[in-house]
Amino acid sequence: MANADLLVVAGLRLALRDGKEIVKDVTFSVRPGEIVGIVGESGSGKTLAARAILSLQPPAIRRTAGTIQFDGQELTRLNARALRQLRGARIGMVFQEPMTSLDPSMTIGRQLEEGLVLHTKLSGPQRRTRILEMLARVALADPEAALGAFPHHFSGGMRQRIMLASAMLLRPALLIADEPTTALDAVVQRDVLELMVDLTREYGTAILIISHDLSMVARYTDRVLVMRHGEIVEDNTTAELIRAPREPYTRNLLSAMPHRGPTRPKPSGPPLVEVNNLIVDYKGSAGLFLNRPGKRALQGVGLRVGPGEVVALVGGSGSGKTTLGRAIAGLLDPTKGEILFEGQTIARGTEGWRRYRPQCQMVFQDPFLSLDPRMTVHSLVREALRAARNLTSVAKNVRVRETLREVGLAEDLATRYPHELSGGQRQRVAIARAIARRPAFLIADEPVSALDVTVRAQILDLFADLQARHGFSCLFISHDLGAVEQIADRVVVMRDGEVVEEGDRDQVFDSPCHPYTRQLLMAVPRLEAFVT
Amino acid sequence: MSALKPNVVIGGVLVGVVALAALVGMIWTPFNPLAVSFTARLAPPSELHWLGADEFGRDVLSRLMVAAATSARISLLTVVGALFAGTTVGLVAGYFQGWTDRILMALNNALLAFPGILLALGLLAIMGANEYGIILALGVAYSPSVARVVRGAVLSLRETDFVAASRIMDNSEIYTIVRHILPNCIAPLIVLATSMFGWALLAESALSFLGLGVPPPAATWGNMLAASRPFIAQAVWLGLFPGLCISLTLMGINLLGDALRDRLDPRMRGV
Repeated sequence: MANADLLVVAGLRLALRDGKEIVKDVTFSVRPGEIVGIVGESGSGKTLAARAILSLQPPAIRRTAGTIQFDGQELTRLNARALRQLRGARIGMVFQEPMTSLDPSMTIGRQLEEGLVLHTKLSGPQRRTRILEMLARVALADPEAALGAFPHHFSGGMRQRIMLASAMLLRPALLIADEPTTALDAVVQRDVLELMVDLTREYGTAILIISHDLSMVARYTDRVLVMRHGEIVEDNTTAELIRAPREPYTRNLLSAMPHRGPTRPKPSGPPLVEVNNLIVDYKGSAGLFLNRPGKRALQGVGLRVGPGEVVALVGGSGSGKTTLGRAIAGLLDPTKGEILFEGQTIARGTEGWRRYRPQCQMVFQDPFLSLDPRMTVHSLVREALRAARNLTSVAKNVRVRETLREVGLAEDLATRYPHELSGGQRQRVAIARAIARRPAFLIADEPVSALDVTVRAQILDLFADLQARHGFSCLFISHDLGAVEQIADRVVVMRDGEVVEEGDRDQVFDSPCHPYTRQLLMAVPRLEAFVT
Repeated sequence: MSALKPNVVIGGVLVGVVALAALVGMIWTPFNPLAVSFTARLAPPSELHWLGADEFGRDVLSRLMVAAATSARISLLTVVGALFAGTTVGLVAGYFQGWTDRILMALNNALLAFPGILLALGLLAIMGANEYGIILALGVAYSPSVARVVRGAVLSLRETDFVAASRIMDNSEIYTIVRHILPNCIAPLIVLATSMFGWALLAESALSFLGLGVPPPAATWGNMLAASRPFIAQAVWLGLFPGLCISLTLMGINLLGDALRDRLDPRMRGV
């Protein structure tokens, strides 16, 4: 049935100029109307393989072998002009970050019209009707107004809808979606994906969706290709892949999906950290003609973290969870309200602050940004002990080595710089730095969001292990409900600067009270749902 | 970078030759650069005087070599001074922000509003023309641009997570600035410093040409150029060689500076 396939990629090889192969012998096909996912970790070659279909790979990478047939036409033999006619019109693309794929200086109307002018013979009014129809179809509130608006007027989710509208305007036979929702938060991600699936079904468009998120891909696709090191390790129907994966690597990926951790006894004693009625305002910027108004990021938030307890702070982007974390870490001063550590205020300059500072440490989202690029691993971790007066210089070095061993870093890595480490190793260094001084309280702001799936699982395990060993309390800030479910004792849900729900993990996950919590939980794709 | 680009080679050779001449000039010159000789007055280039002799019969090559050392010293000290003053102001303004920033930047912008050479002229008029006057005047003229560059870098660096991490680790502000912020500003500063070296060289020549530089009989390329003016018709080499020295050295420094920028800017790498 090869003739019925819309796209057939056979024996595709891509290599750098120096001959290093990045994509090795990739073969797959997509039938009309089919939704196929390519899943892999960073560096697996999934994006390059998909981009090569339209010869859109970076110029430093060449195709060395393979054929690409689309609708019976051999794409590798087409010249640039013929390829341009195909791009957009027959094969549409949606990229990860809509802010950079939409031209910031062009109105939405003109951008959408561009494709129609190039590829169709429609008249001006006809084009306009078609664009308005499509914008209404992607659920933009006011299509007429949107025509004259610029990309920065829209939120990330809205921009991705507009990108989708622009790709689907020409009713392509194939849509290539490269991490289409990775930059969006869970609730928005779900809306956009459902819309994408509905819309393509309407037009009979096939989708090739590229993502690192296996559970998201599993939810929407018919078939999944798993890629690793430039090769396809498994090509299977989605249901089959989830139920009975053939390859060890796929099993590995599946088991790396977070699962609920054990329920632990509630902490006894007074709370270690207590936040009462906290208000944080961001000052507006003084513009040339107009002063932009400030924004209230937190409107009276209360929070309690017991000794040895892991409290997760969840919410969509803009919910104020990071602001709350930074305020508790003492990185920004609250407008009003109090933060107590062991019952004492931690206002700057007080006795409580001096006691609190060494006891509270933080792990940031992206270890590449939180580690000084000009320091070695050893000096990075050692720096955390700099202010510890009760340790001698020798004791400090011993502690650094001990801590590095604890987070699973080999001794010979100590002399390396952050850029010489992998993402997972970097986050281990960041964790080592945070726990080196044996803090009583750790704030982790999205510590696993920038990591690959299998690495994320390892870091979460490490985290749970260290927490059990040292017994520190933890505020775990994340939009990743899977990670939260695995690691948290208690969950606090935030939205628009307010706490909307708070409770034990099992209670929040199994019987959420607030509609927003339910919405969040529904938006998170779960593999269990497919298995049963 | 596997093979050296031709620009780097040309720039390196030009700067290298000047540096070598300056170094040699400190211990040995073909003639005493100040020795007057009536027989050699306005002598054209010959086997004895390779680059000719000036209106007092002083050997041009010897004077150029000594001048190279003087010019390099003035430029170097100017750049170091401007870097030091500008970096301090930029770090303080960028890190502490608020009123400190506003006041420092207001003063800085006021200085920036003057063309550098005009500011230097004004300061020299007050302090009198000598080597240290020039260094001070040019240093003051150039430090505002350093301050701006550093402040910009600091503004973005202080929002980074690794600076936040340093604060959480209970490090003092001074330590955070010196250990984390300053080293990460170095790249743009090195690039600025190379081009400033070129400006300083040119400005010193211009000031000397105007008679506000190092007073005669000491030699600089600028005052040699100035002194050659009345004799341009009879002895073209008097103006030609100092002029060539100035322009070729500037070209060499600019080529090296470009190469350095390409090397330090990750976006330019591997293109």
